[in-house]
Amino acid sequence: MGGETVFNAIWLLTILPELLLLILALIVLGVDLALPAERKRSLGVWTAAGLVIVLLVSLLAPVPEEAAFGGLVRADPLGRVFRAMFLLGGVLVALMSMDFRPLRQDGPYYGMLLFSLLGMCLMAVAENLVMLYVAMELTSISAYVLVGYLREDTFSAEAGLKYMLFGAFTSAVMLYGLSLLFGLTGGTGYMEVAAALREAPFSLAMVGFLMVLVGFGFKVAMVPMHFWTPDVYQGAPTPVTAFISVASKAAGFAVMLRAFRFIFPSLGGEWVALMVAISAVTMTLGNIFAVWQKNIKRMLAYSSVAQAGYILIGVAAASRLGIAAAAFYLIIYTVTNIAAFATVVLVSNLTGSEDIESFAGLSRRSKFLAWGLMLALFSLGGVPPFAGFIGKLILFAGAVQSGLIALVVIGVLNVIVSLYYYLNVAKVVFERRSEEEEEPVPIPVPSRWVLGFTMAAIVILGVLAAPVFNWVWRASGAWF
Amino acid sequence: MTVQQVLFFLFGAIALGAAIGMVTARKVFHAALWMLLAFFGVAGLYVLLEAPFFAAAQLFVYMGAIGVLIIYAIMLTRGMMRQRLPRVNDQWWFAGLLAAALLVVLAWLVWQHPWATTTAAAPADSLNRLGLTLVDPEGFALPFEVASVLLVMALIGAVTIVRER
Repeated sequence: MGGETVFNAIWLLTILPELLLLILALIVLGVDLALPAERKRSLGVWTAAGLVIVLLVSLLAPVPEEAAFGGLVRADPLGRVFRAMFLLGGVLVALMSMDFRPLRQDGPYYGMLLFSLLGMCLMAVAENLVMLYVAMELTSISAYVLVGYLREDTFSAEAGLKYMLFGAFTSAVMLYGLSLLFGLTGGTGYMEVAAALREAPFSLAMVGFLMVLVGFGFKVAMVPMHFWTPDVYQGAPTPVTAFISVASKAAGFAVMLRAFRFIFPSLGGEWVALMVAISAVTMTLGNIFAVWQKNIKRMLAYSSVAQAGYILIGVAAASRLGIAAAAFYLIIYTVTNIAAFATVVLVSNLTGSEDIESFAGLSRRSKFLAWGLMLALFSLGGVPPFAGFIGKLILFAGAVQSGLIALVVIGVLNVIVSLYYYLNVAKVVFERRSEEEEEPVPIPVPSRWVLGFTMAAIVILGVLAAPVFNWVWRASGAWF
Repeated sequence: MTVQQVLFFLFGAIALGAAIGMVTARKVFHAALWMLLAFFGVAGLYVLLEAPFFAAAQLFVYMGAIGVLIIYAIMLTRGMMRQRLPRVNDQWWFAGLLAAALLVVLAWLVWQHPWATTTAAAPADSLNRLGLTLVDPEGFALPFEVASVLLVMALIGAVTIVRER
């Protein structure tokens, strides 16, 4: 404490992507003021191009291994894997937003997207409860604005309000939990808290854990903190739905994995048992409710709850393989879900509807789009040889290695149930005829890029998973 | 009971009672006034904890600035002054039950734990230390700066949502 601590410039390397994101956000907001209204759509290109640069810097720039800013942040390899994942999601969402008709293209929209990404990147590297909380709030509050961005649309406004109320509530519970942990341990750094928790009474530590879990559970949409998902996914502008379903969920898992590994190891088997139960319930409820949905965004909402359940298998396994599998699956899930939502954007632009029925005859209107959606659904459903299959396989392998055989059985049963509703959409796309099926779906250039990239990624990650999985696997080594 | 204990229970009762008043008030405007009173109770607790800076911030920033802002927002929003809204939906008994159970469990656990307490006076330069910690790069300078980014973001977001198009 006091004047003797010196600022070390090398710390800036640790938060370089965050600094660049802040600069990019300010540039986008500034350019917005200079551009005439009819050219504001190009802000999406500015955002995406800037994010590609930040992504490359975050992957290639040298980063000190040790913690920076007095132990507040540590850009360890796994944190950087997560950061790259959010930034990739950000690039794709920015491009996708350019083609979403109802959305007014302007600086604040892309600015909010960048601020939210900034928060997520900090979440991935935070190693201190105060840092974690500020980063989570930065992520959440900008996401509330994005969800309610179509103010004139009652569904969007309602979704924004619901998301905010639910988020504020879970955030308050989490904050109470953090205050309990601080009171018990007298520290805010993860390592300090973990060391002191070993001495603390189990019951109080567990209460603190459960309350913190409420905050994380909201972010990843796990049961029973999933109630917001269908309404918010349906009401939010579709690109924002995609953003919340991939980047926000991944950020939740990034903090969950780190917190469980480094704050609560002393709770041992108890939290593993709890996570096994939550994982099983989450995937089962998500899949069962998804079967009945008529609106594709609601279906994808419940599907995303189910997918969170699969990823929780890796969390519950709590081994190096489990953690690496969860991170790897999140990469796959990012490209897969964005492909699915990109097709929803284009179809709803044309038909003005988000019902599954409105996808009837899509295969005759645009082969490219129909196959984009198909690849995404096959990957979500775990059909070989696509990416989702190999991702689930590694998650299940992690669970088997940790002796969670029952969870694997439940997981496999769930995958079978999920195939029913994923393939049901396939049936509508390829079999069902519609009166407008002669009218082709126009695919603008940004969406062409998004779909082309994600489709390629779904196939390549499926048949050639090794390089990317090895990268994640090596990164996870730093935690063990 | 010492004077301090009496004051603690007094301020605690004010904060708690006002909070209950806030969530049960049928008019939003009344709820805002109750909230100001709850802030006052909390400020009193800060004084008892020998944290004068927090007490002052609570009074000036929360009761003063934020309270006035909320009251303005309510007065300037169409129909907000007259509206009488139901406070609960038909799931209130379940939520109440859950909240009561949580209260019992938490109170029991907190009661049992020998918390690290001290009767020593707070250091005289506590405000000094707080200021230094917030700008110390090894202290909390980074979250402090991120919080300012958060506020800028919230400002832009709020303007974007409410402005006329």
